[in-house]
Amino acid sequence: MATGGAGKKELKGADRYKAGVLEYKVMGYWQPDYVPKDTDVIALFRITPQPGVDADEAAAAVAGESSTATWTVVWTDRLTAAELYRAKAYRVDPVPNAPDQYFAYIAYDMDLFEGDSIANLTASIIGNVFGFKAVKALRLEDMRIPVAYLKTFQGPPTGVMVERERLDKFGRPLLGATTKPKLGLSGRNYGRVVYEALKGGLDFTKDDENINSQPFMHWRDRFLYCMEAVNRASAATAEVKGHYLNVTAGTCEQMIERAEFAKELGSVIIMIDLVLGYSAIQTISKWARRNDMILHLHRAGNSTYSRQKNHGMNFRVICKWMRMAGVDHIHAGTVVGKLEGDPLMVKGFYDTLLQPHTPVAPELGLFFKQEWASLGKCMPVASGGIHLGQMHQLLHYLGEDVILQFGGGTIGHPDGIQAGAEANRVALESMVQARNEGVDYLAKGPEILAKAAKSCKPLQHGLDTWKNITFNYASTDTPDYTPQTTTSR
Amino acid sequence: MHENPRNMTQGQFSFLPPLTDDQIKLQMAYAIKQGWALSVEYTDDPHPRNTYWEMWCQPMFDTKDPAAVMTEVTECRKVYGNMYIRVNAFDNSRWRESVAMSFIVNRPKYEPGLALSRTEGPGRTIQYRVHSYATDKPKGERYK
Repeated sequence: MATGGAGKKELKGADRYKAGVLEYKVMGYWQPDYVPKDTDVIALFRITPQPGVDADEAAAAVAGESSTATWTVVWTDRLTAAELYRAKAYRVDPVPNAPDQYFAYIAYDMDLFEGDSIANLTASIIGNVFGFKAVKALRLEDMRIPVAYLKTFQGPPTGVMVERERLDKFGRPLLGATTKPKLGLSGRNYGRVVYEALKGGLDFTKDDENINSQPFMHWRDRFLYCMEAVNRASAATAEVKGHYLNVTAGTCEQMIERAEFAKELGSVIIMIDLVLGYSAIQTISKWARRNDMILHLHRAGNSTYSRQKNHGMNFRVICKWMRMAGVDHIHAGTVVGKLEGDPLMVKGFYDTLLQPHTPVAPELGLFFKQEWASLGKCMPVASGGIHLGQMHQLLHYLGEDVILQFGGGTIGHPDGIQAGAEANRVALESMVQARNEGVDYLAKGPEILAKAAKSCKPLQHGLDTWKNITFNYASTDTPDYTPQTTTSR
Repeated sequence: MHENPRNMTQGQFSFLPPLTDDQIKLQMAYAIKQGWALSVEYTDDPHPRNTYWEMWCQPMFDTKDPAAVMTEVTECRKVYGNMYIRVNAFDNSRWRESVAMSFIVNRPKYEPGLALSRTEGPGRTIQYRVHSYATDKPKGERYK
């Protein structure tokens, strides 16, 4: 690290711009007295400095590398209003129970970013800085997005309320299932699973993330058979039904071609994978708004950077960016299923997707007060190793605005797919009924299910099959919160 | 193979045995406690996109007694007992301003369900048409 900058005070004028290398702190990227403006973007990083680098300097370095700095002083800064464009690290807190880690708060002037572009925002915030040698590890924990900047984004093309009105489904979580096996079925066989699950009682079925257009099933064939299944099921039940047709493709042009075909066939919903990239997501989001299409996002890839606590980024930040970029559904954890998810962390994700404003709630991992500026609500999806025996827990932890996806828990039912779907729907409706009647449904869940199973054999057989299945592993992404006052400002 | 025996499953409790009047009142009490306005609607056309069922009455924004709402259901059943009747709860708070609950409280004795017809288009595409058998007859002759 640089050693120039005696006294560690911010340098100004000629001293600041003398050719050479200075510490980031003295270049103006550490401003402990700075009060963030309402219009600033604020990022909270978890920093693990290299040995010998103090926390303030590491925070200043992150601020510098994610905004205007380069490794050496450049006089051309003086051709700009450089103080405005410099990001400012203004607060550093030690992370409870992690002696080598710090939470650094960094404020960015809104004019550093192009409106309505997640790609531009992220190129700064998670750009070069994550490979920067002065920090051993770096994790983006949370962001505060100012209302003025949010207003440049479209947000979810449909939003929870309009989605429910279009589907005519109110007062209960929605039910879905992912077609299994995820790979290998022909279009004709695939549509069979969709038909059985929807006719049996599910609201939605879903392509898996890696179903695009493979040798065993090309996309047009899948779309045609799935829409036959959707329409048959809709006529059989008098309900609006949908299958998330995955339009993810190698190019944006192909993605739009697939979306247009889904629209032509009358699908109410399409889906994409997070691995598309931010610009492609915003492209299809705007297409979806123009074409009255619900847009489902599968978070394929996120765990490569969100799962480890010391490096990468927290999933709540992805939730924020995706609500801005504009998706209607996003997989956000199950608490009780097979995938990662501490209950409080998952609640933080759900609140981020659904609430019009979220207060500071360190126990949920929400570090900032966030106003959502009338952006639509994004429906969280719970998928992965959940089953009907957990219905009371799912309703308790995840609430009513959620899509519960029982893939194996529908298709793996001993009496067939329709029976699996019916069992899930009966379990759900009986739990909502009990909750509304004022029953302590969390404590009495198993009794409520047993009673409902008396008039529904598929539910009884489902309970017999899955009642003892649990996934009790410790979460890796947990809150760093002990009630305390720790500030080094 | 097991087949789902129901053919009209709109509303939040259609997979359960028909709710008794006491169970209906408990659901109404829940809605009232949340501050929602209950309403009663009926139709002879169960098409999934038949959004606007006939209003038996306006949403009861000021009614705090489930028994009073139940009276409306009972009166509606007397006149339209051979139609679908649903109870809706409307939440007018900011960020929802929409229906919060909806469940069926009356069904026709015989439910003929819906038909699916197909019109084949180019490239193996099919235009689907879902329609209620009930609407094949003139309005006055349905569900007789």
